Amino acid sequence: MTRPRLATVWLGGCSGCHMSFLDMDEWLFDLAAAVDLVYSPIADVKEFPHDVDICLVEGAVANEDNAELAKIVRERSKLVISFGDCAVSGNVTAMRNPLGDPEAILQRVYVDAPDRDGQVPRAAGIVPALLPQVRPLHQVIDVEAYVPGCPPPADRIREAIESLLAGRRPPATGESIRFG
Amino acid sequence: MPERPTTVAIAIDGVDVEAYQGETVLQCARRHQVDIPSLCFLEGVSTMGGCRLCVVEVAEDPRLRPACATTVAADMEVTTESPRLRSYRRSIIELLFAEGNHVCAVCVSNGSCELQDIAVRCGMDHVRYELRSPRRHVDASHPKYVFDPNRCILCTRCVRVCAEVEGAHVWDVAHRGHGAELVTELHQPWGEATSCTWCGKCVAACPTGALSHQGSAVGEMRHAPNMITWLVAARQRGEWTEPEARR
Repeated sequence: MTRPRLATVWLGGCSGCHMSFLDMDEWLFDLAAAVDLVYSPIADVKEFPHDVDICLVEGAVANEDNAELAKIVRERSKLVISFGDCAVSGNVTAMRNPLGDPEAILQRVYVDAPDRDGQVPRAAGIVPALLPQVRPLHQVIDVEAYVPGCPPPADRIREAIESLLAGRRPPATGESIRFG
Repeated sequence: MPERPTTVAIAIDGVDVEAYQGETVLQCARRHQVDIPSLCFLEGVSTMGGCRLCVVEVAEDPRLRPACATTVAADMEVTTESPRLRSYRRSIIELLFAEGNHVCAVCVSNGSCELQDIAVRCGMDHVRYELRSPRRHVDASHPKYVFDPNRCILCTRCVRVCAEVEGAHVWDVAHRGHGAELVTELHQPWGEATSCTWCGKCVAACPTGALSHQGSAVGEMRHAPNMITWLVAARQRGEWTEPEARR
């Protein structure tokens, strides 16, 4: 029997969810024995592969690259899991939304704030443009399940992955769904 | 000894219980350890019935009733949990999250927030509605306290406790509908509100991170709504004994 193909993706987030993923410590050995990790910020794979069974997506959809990758993830994965508060609710990544136009924010951060030589970084094909509003993942693509938390504690991630590997959805009740 | 209140029999979730004449379904249920979720309700101040979380089903009435604003009646049959109620409660919580900017991860009340706790209880693993992301400005002009309207759910506990318990009426609600917001005095900065006595009852009563102590960092804020309940009861009894269940 082939092993399930697991992917983890990092969109508009701080990578804290992936840090918490690594906090699963020695269970990572068991996980590595149980799945094929086919794509992840912690694996050197350039292109999101086909036929992924389970994909954990950290981060909100904040820029054009995020939106494009989210669509690829959806096309190529059986189960897409919103992984952490930014993917689930926008969270800190979406705190720019009330401020409106991203151009004004870029101006404030990169031009007005520095003491000298301020400029907005622009490089077509390298620095992706910000979307007008940051959106939770499920408002951009369909999502099968949610694992909230900022970050989700390692135990919660393990519980979710164990459920998924056993063919169940991660627990959607009790402390497993606490935000923050 | 105080006079024993007149009682009537009602049923809560199929269990016959003794209710005091004149009390609400919510009070009766809580006396019998049936914990109906609520947010705007605060024992000790007037009832608002605005958050609608405490809705219950009453036999032979197709409408849902807010338990906090429904007086018990003899032979009333109340249901506090059902698929319909769970669905409405979850929708209410999701709408509250979609309406403001509730970012638990960076909130002073993270980990000790009534809204966050009720979201867990209602099974909110995500918000189905579009986020409104309103632009709201934090008022940190008061020397002791901070008001963050991003986290306000307009439960008006602060308005009621300030007007009814402290007697200052610094707080009120301005505007209507999605434009409704809490204001101090005549929409002046809180720090310039000369009627504010700095008593902190509004902060104690707040169920979320909307009102906090100056200098509180993420997760540091502890509210004390039970203190308000105790204070009002102590005034009524004329006894200032230590509260039993101080948070």
